[in-house]
This record gives sequence, C-alpha cells and structure tokens, in this order.
Amino acid sequence: MALRLPERVPGLPVLALVLLLVPLFLGNEFHLDIATQIALIAATVVGLNLLVGYGGQVSLGHAAFFGMGAYASAILTGTYGWTSIPALLCGALLVAVLAWTLGRPILRLKGHYLSMATLGMGIIIAIVINNEGWLTGGPDGLAVEPLTVMGAELSIFDHYSLLGLEVSGALLWYGLAALLLLLAVWIAQNLVDSPIGRALRAVHGSEVAARVVGVDTSHYKLLIFVISAVYASVMGSFYAHYTGFITPQVASFEHSIELITMVVLGGMASTYGVILGAVLLMLLPQLLTDFQDYEMMMFGLILMLTMIFMPKGLLPTLSEAVRRLRPRPASAPASGQE
Amino acid sequence: MVTKNRSPYRAVLLILVLICGMVAPAMAAEPIRIGALVSATGPASFLGDPELKTLEMYVERINASGGVIGRPLRLFHYDDGGNANEARNFANRLLRSDRVDLIIGGSTTGTTMAAVPLVERAGRPMISMAGALVITEPVRPWIFKTPQSDRMAAERVLADMQSRGITGIGLISGTDGFGRSGREQTLAVAADFGIQVLADQTYGPQDTDMTAQLTRIRNTPGVQAVFNFGFGQGPAIVTRNYAHLGIELPFYQSHGVASDRFLDLAGSAAEGVRLPASALLVPDALPDDDPQKQVVQDYKAAYEARWNLSVSTFGGYAYDALMLAVAAIEAAGTTEPEAVRSALEQIQGHVGVTGIFNMSPDDHNGLAPESFRLLEVRDGQWVLVD
Repeated sequence: MALRLPERVPGLPVLALVLLLVPLFLGNEFHLDIATQIALIAATVVGLNLLVGYGGQVSLGHAAFFGMGAYASAILTGTYGWTSIPALLCGALLVAVLAWTLGRPILRLKGHYLSMATLGMGIIIAIVINNEGWLTGGPDGLAVEPLTVMGAELSIFDHYSLLGLEVSGALLWYGLAALLLLLAVWIAQNLVDSPIGRALRAVHGSEVAARVVGVDTSHYKLLIFVISAVYASVMGSFYAHYTGFITPQVASFEHSIELITMVVLGGMASTYGVILGAVLLMLLPQLLTDFQDYEMMMFGLILMLTMIFMPKGLLPTLSEAVRRLRPRPASAPASGQE
Repeated sequence: MVTKNRSPYRAVLLILVLICGMVAPAMAAEPIRIGALVSATGPASFLGDPELKTLEMYVERINASGGVIGRPLRLFHYDDGGNANEARNFANRLLRSDRVDLIIGGSTTGTTMAAVPLVERAGRPMISMAGALVITEPVRPWIFKTPQSDRMAAERVLADMQSRGITGIGLISGTDGFGRSGREQTLAVAADFGIQVLADQTYGPQDTDMTAQLTRIRNTPGVQAVFNFGFGQGPAIVTRNYAHLGIELPFYQSHGVASDRFLDLAGSAAEGVRLPASALLVPDALPDDDPQKQVVQDYKAAYEARWNLSVSTFGGYAYDALMLAVAAIEAAGTTEPEAVRSALEQIQGHVGVTGIFNMSPDDHNGLAPESFRLLEVRDGQWVLVD
C-alpha cells in the first residue's frame, strides 16, 4: 500500500500505522531488536537524504557524524557521569560546529568538493576513535550506559509498567525509535516544503539559475549540511544507548557508504523511499544467512539488479510503475516492471 | 495469458515457495543447540574460517558417534564479517530466535565484547575464541575463552629474552585491537622481567612498509632485541623489512602469526624468528610423553584430511571451545544453562589443542603460560625451542 504514495499523499499517518502494526507481526524479541535498529538508521538516512536528495551534495563521511554522536554519548555518560540528554545535545552541538566549520569554506565551491572533504574528515575521525584508546576504548570498542530520561533508566532488559500494562523495555525502545523516525520524517518534510526546501530544489536543478533569482545557494547548502549532520549525530547517540556497545566501525568509511547506498537504493529525494532502502539493506544480511557462502554474492547481485533496473531507486520506480498501471490496467506498456 | 496485474502475485507466490524450500527439515531427537558466532569473512576471516570449518567437522563427527548425553548436536552459525554490530545482532538472534543452549564465539575481541551484555543477560554460557585479557578479566559468570591471553604471550617472550640476558628491547606493534592490547600488556609486564622497552613503534593494519619504524628502532642505543606484536599481513611485512635492513638482533613475533601462512608470506626472511605458539604448529616435535601430543596430532590429521588445508592455531581454539562445551554438558548431564556454566567452571585437566585447561570460578581461561611453546623458524620450518 505504501507504493501508492507519491508526494502530497498523507504519508506520515501511513508510516505511523505501519510502525504501529509492525510489532504485531514480529515473532520474538530478536525481530523487535532489528526493527528498532532499522528505525534508528532509517531516521539517520532521512537526514542524509536531505543533503543528497535535496541539497545535491554527497557526504561520504556521514557515519563519522553518527559515530561522533555515539561516542559523545558513550563517553560523556560512561566516563563523566552525565545524563543522556545533555550528552546527546553536547554531541549534536559538537557535530554541528564541525559540519559548519567544514562546510562553510567548501560549500562556496562548485562541484563535488564536499564529498572529498567529508571523505577525508570521516577517515580522520575514524582514525582518531581507533587510536585514542584511553578515551574511546580503541578498536575493541566501548560499553555504553542505558538511556536515562528524567532519572528513569530505559534498558532493553527491564520491564516497565505503563498505564497499568506490563511493557518490556525492548518494546518501549521500539516505540521510542518509531517516534524518532516519525519526528525525523516530519521535520524533513517540513523542511522540504519550506522556502529552504524550494531554494534547495532550485539549487539542485541549476545552481546558476538559483543564484540569478537571488537564492543564497551556499548558505542553504551549508544549512542543510549541518542539519543532516545533526540528524546523524542524534541518531548515533540513541543507537549507542540502544545497542549498549559501540566500536569504531560505527564511524567507519564502510558505514558511510552503507548509509549512502540506502539513499541511492531507496530513491534519492524520496523520504519514504530511503526508509525502504534502510529496511532492505539492514534486513538483507539477516535474510541471506541461509545462503551461507553465497551471502555476499547475493547481496551484491541484489544491489546490482536494483541499480540496473531501477536507477531512480526502489520506491520512485515502483510508485511510477503502479501509477502507470492504474489508469489502463490491461494495456500497460510492456517495459521492465516487477 | 497473464495480465500485468497478476504477475506480482505470482512473484510473491514464487518467493514464498522458495523460502519454504529453504527451511531446514524437522529434527528427530531433541538436539542440543550450539550457536557459533564467527568472523568467517572479512578482515578477520583467517580466524573465523578455520574456526567454522573445525566446528562443522566436529559436530558432524560427534553426531556420527551418537551425540552428547544421547542427544545430537545442532550447529547454528552466523558470519559477522568481523563487524561488532553484526556480531551483537547475530548473538541476539542465536539467543532469542534460535534459542541456543550455548554460544561459541566470537572470533575477535570486538565481536566478543559486543555480544557479552546480551549473553550475560540471557544467561547462556559463551566460550570466546578471542585473545584479549578483558574478556575474562574481570571474570564474568557466563563468559569463558579458550586462547591464552595476550599478557601470557608477552610474558612468554619476555621470559625467553631474560634467559638470553637481554635487558633492552625495541617494541613494534600493529594499531589494530590485537596489536594495541598486546603492546599495553608488554609495556605492563616488561619491568617484571628486568627488561626496558627503549623504542615503541606502531604500524597501521594496511601499511605496506615498516622500514622507517625499524630503522628508528635500530638506531636506538641499547636495543638488544626486537619484539613485534601484531597479526594479519603486517608482521610478515615487518619480518621482510627486518631482513632487508640486515638487522642482526634477535627478532620475536607474537602468537598472532602462528600459522604456516606466515612462513609463506615472510619467506626466507623469517629465518631465526622466535615466537610463542600452541603445540599445534609442531605436533611431531613434541616429546612422546607430552599429554597434548595425541590430541594435537589427531586434530591436525583430521582437519587436514577433511579440508585439504593446513591446520591453524585458530581452528584449535574452536576445537577446544567445542570440546570444553561437550565435556561440560556431559559432566552436567543436562543442557540447563546454570548447570553447564558451573560444570565449565569446574573443568580440570582437560587436555586440549591449545593447552591443558584448569578452570576455576576465578579463572575462565584456565591456561598456564607453559601452554605456549617457544618456536623458532629454521630452514623454513617451525622448530621447538622450549
């Protein structure tokens, strides 16, 4: 049903409904665990999509922002005894300042210099996290305290009573992650529909034309870069609290590529598409375990086929196919549909 | 004949049929569910691959000979690719979805530690195949491990240096988890052996030339020997550079390179290199009265016959983990987690490939430094020194 949702359709309530129904179909806590992680990563990717899909810029170091948020939370709560929310905000502020410092000179340039800058920055941050073992625990990783909100600890292992009902911490965490995802989508859509979003789309279409009509292009690009970096940082913080253990891999170049792949696979500039991309990319490793030795081959094959037959990404291609089908169901043109 | 509208349903149907076909056939007797968390692919595959092969082979063998306490073993194994987060997810899957009785893994310290909180919470015994001391110190009730800790390797090497009258050394180590932890342990215990670390150099896991670091060590006055703590291809490159530079000082490696592959990579440059390793590398050189000789020879022969590959120390860790698990389940007579856990804790004199295990509530590794044999490379072969 999500397929029939191009822009302008009330996507948010449908997403909320899907998120609400998902737990009913999950067999056990392991499935719920994966669903929670998917929601958190999807929210990160929604933020990245703002930059890639609407800002027309590629960040190859987004996992570094994610990792900085994660490590800021882990270190500030674990080593220095802060509570979760100030630690999260501090991490987000740090990331915002870094993104602003990095983006300000670079985004004045035309072309894809931001990719190069974020690539370099991402690798540097990964190296720092790896090497500063006294602070970050080094390559062997770091344990993270559970999330505390207003003095209450939210651990996936505990049970809580909510409105007289006994609820597991895992389910509460899922609820929190789902809320965060909805919030991320809501903010993203408001941004896209605001003057900022229109300006960005103008920049994406033609930067020269946008400048001619008086859009301060570098300002808007910088703004969206900082926003998407903060998205990653905040989700990184939650992710760290949720999984309870992080290693430098969360900030690695490979993870950055994974995030970008989710955007491209799901469909650039399609908020719901990139969520689908995140779902698919996070689920595949779990689904493909049955193939054992051929796991990586299958994974690569699926990505290749998607890009060959659906160059615009999953959701845009599918919804276009559905739309083309609707008016004349019997005599649709015989082009490569699934 | 098929309208476009119906083809999606057909596709869905086809996928469903395929999925049903993949579901494993139903089991007969209630099997003992063993979970394995290994890094069979990715940067740590040289650990995970022989481990997985060993586990598969011995589960087959044990089942062929009637299983354990009258029940067959069933192996659930996942490949985390060396990624700690994947390891955490797969551990969760083993615990909650597959409901295993016991977990063997992970292959690296990072993957093990990522899984530890979940495993402890679920209350299932886990036997890790990773080296670092942090896994079993402080002791966690549910977590055990089979390899010797890196501190033990450092102690073994330093003791040998001491016996050769060496008082000042140059240390070079990888910046990966293994090298970093090994470096810390070496620095921590060097003074106990009257040895000063005069030069302390590092190299990245992807580096292809360590000449600069070695030159600096060579030019440090007072260095009488060099110790390299690292694994993967780095130590092989260090060894080659060492030979090219013509450094004459005694050269020590860690147990991280204790496999025949190191000999292939380093070639003639490895001549004279000493390292601590498990008995598995020199099964035939062991004296006949060595209690490990039989176990080691059997494992080596079985592994090489089954897979047509040369045996590695890392597969031995998996062998020991599985055999400790089997011994504990047999001693407990049940798979009830707490009973198996305390049986594991009480294992005494268990002769394994890596060493002789004497577990206790304070020691979840159970190995003594003597389980490391000191080897030297002579004429391209491992030779037992001590």
